Amino acid sequence: MNHLVIAPILLPLIAGIVLLLLRRTALPFQRSLSLIALLAQVGVALHLLQSVLEGPLRVYALGNWQAPFGIVLVADPLAAWMVLITALLALFALLYALRGGDQAGRHFHVLFQLQLFGLQGAFLTGDLFNLFVFFEILLLASYGLLLHGSGPRRSRAGLHFVVLNLAGSSLFLFAVGTLYGTFGTLNMADLAVHISRASADQQSLARLAGLLLFGVFALKAALVPLHLWLPAAYAAATAPVAALFVIMTKVGAYGILRLDVLLYGNGVLSDLLDAWLLPLALLTLGLGTLGVMASTELRRQIAWLVVISVGTLLTAFALGGVNGIAAGLYYLPHTTFAGAAFFLLADSLAHRRGEHEDHLVPHARLADRRLLGGLFFTVAILVAGLPPLSGFIGKFLILRAALDTPAATAWVLAIVLGGGLLTIIALARSGSLIFYRSHPAEHGTATGQLWPELLPATGLMLLCLGLMIAAGPIDGITRLIAEQLMQPEIYIQAVLGGTGT
Amino acid sequence: MEALLSLLIGVMTACGVYMLLRGRTFPVVLGLTLLSYAVNVFLFAMGRLTIGRPPVIDEAVSQYADPLPQALVLTAIVISFGMTAFVIVLALKARAELGNDHVDGERE
Repeated sequence: MNHLVIAPILLPLIAGIVLLLLRRTALPFQRSLSLIALLAQVGVALHLLQSVLEGPLRVYALGNWQAPFGIVLVADPLAAWMVLITALLALFALLYALRGGDQAGRHFHVLFQLQLFGLQGAFLTGDLFNLFVFFEILLLASYGLLLHGSGPRRSRAGLHFVVLNLAGSSLFLFAVGTLYGTFGTLNMADLAVHISRASADQQSLARLAGLLLFGVFALKAALVPLHLWLPAAYAAATAPVAALFVIMTKVGAYGILRLDVLLYGNGVLSDLLDAWLLPLALLTLGLGTLGVMASTELRRQIAWLVVISVGTLLTAFALGGVNGIAAGLYYLPHTTFAGAAFFLLADSLAHRRGEHEDHLVPHARLADRRLLGGLFFTVAILVAGLPPLSGFIGKFLILRAALDTPAATAWVLAIVLGGGLLTIIALARSGSLIFYRSHPAEHGTATGQLWPELLPATGLMLLCLGLMIAAGPIDGITRLIAEQLMQPEIYIQAVLGGTGT
Repeated sequence: MEALLSLLIGVMTACGVYMLLRGRTFPVVLGLTLLSYAVNVFLFAMGRLTIGRPPVIDEAVSQYADPLPQALVLTAIVISFGMTAFVIVLALKARAELGNDHVDGERE
């Protein structure tokens, strides 16, 4: 058996354990170990994506217990795509943390690696209960990371985040229990087969469990009306943590996509989310825009931009079909990288503005305003989706997919475009407040160490630039992923072989 | 027996949700604990209620108890136990830093 599939999970786990054992060693040693582990993860993720795009999808039976009896890991193109995005994002977040953010509290590197362990496991697992376990791992690590650096503001945001997610975990277990009690299996491929053939008295239970699962994933994805925890939590987290957390909402979106196209993709219950997903996604987009307009701090504003990105992403997934899902999968890395870059940049700005931090009030003129302002301008264009950068291409693909669904076209066009316009206005106001309406007195001196600090954010923007330049090939890849997703029988066949029950 | 158990799970869940919605951290932690008890009993019951049947293969019997929910419950108990410990520490930390035990950290 080829062990490539489990490598993205094992690498951060082993790195986390080793870092925990070596926590008393010199800091540069720990940092380089953490960085090497992440570079290896990026390499493995690239290799995994390449192999599943060229060949068949890979199934890894843990302990060689065959599905549906044992737990399997499944690397299909979607999972490999998410693994690669996570690894790349984490690399740049870690690079920023190495500037000193990892010293604000204890065990940063251990928690960071364990968070990646949970994230990669959640993407790769093919078993519903195992998904719950990986969710708990990534959440437990995220609690630690969110509280990293301490302070009353983080404690308050952390308490809300933890309590909400614990309640969410209870709902997850209720849903998993209901599915097991009804169908007697937890393997996702096997469940998909059973759900598609559910008898009349099983249907209502399966529908109930499906909607419960949707609620849980919607909480993780911060879908309206379960979004209220996000702005406070993300605005309170330290910059590298906030940048990494941008992917956490995408885990929820990933869960919803799996639920929609794999578990409930075929058969009698395929209409499970039809009535819910698109209206809620558009509502998220609309409310997120209002949040962006109303924010008085830059980091809170970016957190609301994350809510918008979830709304846009789920709009694409809700439109469905190869076009909608491919558009969403193109938009996903763009919005993840751009949001994270914005968080890192906002932190650099906040450090230079003394007591005003990231509050949107006039402040003494910044010494490095040209460079910082230029980067702010670029990232704002990226996030708002103006041409020619990758945000525009992503939104264009989503709008084109909306044309396939005549009933929803007008709503999607109006809300996505209107939301984009209001986002531009809000970001233009923030930018002019920070960079133009400043007191003439120079504040501070050019540090000379500007580039090393801005490198991670710039790197993330360059990734977005890459998404723009290579839009054709990447659209081809996401289309391949979407086509494969729309045929769940490939996944089911690969996991169960000929022995499906 | 089934009716009694489902009633028990329902009452525990309702109490858990009610306490989860209270304004102070102590009832919230208790609510989470009750909720996780309810979930554990619920998961356990998903293997169907049986008496006197072995969970592992035995040539003398033909009817088995489902061993999987018991394994799931064990995992769920460990996780919820750890989480409860964590949330208690966090509540104490918030109490110390915010000066009161309201979940929003506000004085009335």
